[in-house]
Amino acid sequence: MHALELAQQIKARFGPLVSEPVEFRGEITLKLDDAERIPEVCEFAKKELRFDYLVDITSIDNYGDDPRFTLVYHLYGYGHLCSLRLKAELSEEKGEVPTLTSVWRTADWHEREIYDMMGVRFRGHPDLRRILMWDGYPYYPLRKDFPLSGRLTDLPEVAFTQPAPLAGGPFVTIAGGKDALSREPRVRIPETDALETNARLERRQDIKAAHGRSHGPGPVGPRPLGGDHG
Amino acid sequence: MAEDREVLLPDVAGRATEAAELQELQGEKMVLNMGPSHPATHGVLRIVLELDGEIITKATPDIGYLHRGDEKIAENMTYTQFIPYTDRLDYLAPLANNVAYVLAVEKLLGITQQLPPRCQFIRVICCELARISSHLLGMGSYAMDVGALTVFLHTFTEREKIYNLCESLTGARFTTSYTRIGGLARDLPPGWVEQCRQFCKEVVVNIDETETLLTRNRIFVDRTQGVGVISREDAIDYGLTGPNLRGSGVEHDLRKTQPYLVYDQLQFEVPVGSAGDCYDRYLLRIEEMRQSVRILNQCLDKLPGGPVNVPDGKIAMPPKDRVLTRMEELIHHFINVTQGVNAPPGEVYFGHENPKGELGFYIHSKGGGTPHRLKIRSPSFVNLSILPKLLPGHMVSDVTAILGSFDFVMGECDR
Repeated sequence: MHALELAQQIKARFGPLVSEPVEFRGEITLKLDDAERIPEVCEFAKKELRFDYLVDITSIDNYGDDPRFTLVYHLYGYGHLCSLRLKAELSEEKGEVPTLTSVWRTADWHEREIYDMMGVRFRGHPDLRRILMWDGYPYYPLRKDFPLSGRLTDLPEVAFTQPAPLAGGPFVTIAGGKDALSREPRVRIPETDALETNARLERRQDIKAAHGRSHGPGPVGPRPLGGDHG
Repeated sequence: MAEDREVLLPDVAGRATEAAELQELQGEKMVLNMGPSHPATHGVLRIVLELDGEIITKATPDIGYLHRGDEKIAENMTYTQFIPYTDRLDYLAPLANNVAYVLAVEKLLGITQQLPPRCQFIRVICCELARISSHLLGMGSYAMDVGALTVFLHTFTEREKIYNLCESLTGARFTTSYTRIGGLARDLPPGWVEQCRQFCKEVVVNIDETETLLTRNRIFVDRTQGVGVISREDAIDYGLTGPNLRGSGVEHDLRKTQPYLVYDQLQFEVPVGSAGDCYDRYLLRIEEMRQSVRILNQCLDKLPGGPVNVPDGKIAMPPKDRVLTRMEELIHHFINVTQGVNAPPGEVYFGHENPKGELGFYIHSKGGGTPHRLKIRSPSFVNLSILPKLLPGHMVSDVTAILGSFDFVMGECDR
């Protein structure tokens, strides 16, 4: 596979900095040990391996784990039509990586979006301002500890600070919750969410072990009379 | 007798240099706030323009007025529940968004190869109808922005027919939510194929008529040719996609280079521009619509029979009559609704050639029915990021032509 060869070339050039290429669903992922060296690797990928198009930059919040953030870069080459994913991890205390704007100018808005949504700063960025939220907004909404219902922000005489009519939303679903209230809560709380998710995954594992398949009936147990809706 | 005189007008680059050179000699510059509510900004885009007379010296786009937190919302619901939200990204081509999203989820599930042929053909038909619809509207409003109102009414009439087709296909004109993971919400209604064929015949006439209104229209050409020129290098560097990229001479179309669905079985050309100006982008969209009609005709001819959903009850909903009569289907239905499809842990990125460019979904899954992170790579967001580079040196009146030729949608840009 061609993309794999290109990934091997990066691996050969940077050695222990870069992990072995991982393939999943036909996509090649390389993991970088040190987020500080992202521009260096990208520069090499662009100049030597002709990855001339930066498709996207994304961030992931691994709330509860350390390092907390993962940055994901998608690269593509118009010459060889191969794509490659680079990943690097970043701790919350550091919260800063060098910018890619000197390599691809399209990185500008992507990085501003990550700064806006996740609070990761990009050193050397020419214009690191919020892009989707307004200037002076104090939170980072895509972090897992930011509630879906939102938080009130004070903008006296500029905007109202009452909860929105559907704040918290009736449309939240935590798949596989044990009853209707935990499946469709009014507000999500990340701490209990994580517990909920783990419990659900364990339950699935148990069912899988018992029946030899992933789908099966949920846990059977005594149910309170009158149903879940109270 | 009038005397012939040659008048030299500086081009865009010349005006930009002049503006920079004269900076010290200038008096105060004027700051003009364009938008967020302006007819030419097609939604809620705000651009702060710094002007020297009529010439733009600096442009700062301000986006986010339509931000709804779609990515956050996606983390809080099952994969199937997010499909209606994709209607509201590029709301001028909801069918294409639906297809793009489910293809990403199916890639994560690893069932792309199992999709029934009929489902794949119908999805291609949906995508191309969406492309025609989006381009018709984009072109109409583009022409209106540069002063040709008739075109807008003309293309809108044709677009109405697509919405009628959508309505009989999906039950909704705008918010279609037509696709499902592993299939479609429903099969084609009886007689739909004939209606679609009829539409294909009519839309070609409409495209030709639109061309006669614009392609050699002196005013239109004057306002678009040589305006908003994007070089090939800039287009790639700023990550432009779709017609805006191809207008600058890069021959890249995900339908050709990374074929998905049945695009590799269909014959069509990818038009490419040469100058990279507003006029090229217009010509390109016209040609893309013709190619879409070509694809539509082939799909309607080749449309195979058979089911539209994968036969796996753990992925697609089992048929309702079986749910009500059989135990296993009932369990599948129940699990699908309460827990969602059981996606494996892993991550995928799927890029789809949407009418506006590359719409990509990056899904990071920790397993289970909900994505841990879902990122939407929207073409409008990336395409607009070139504005601070492109606008300086142009006249204020060129802004409308450039924005029109970009054909962006803020619902998708702000997500």
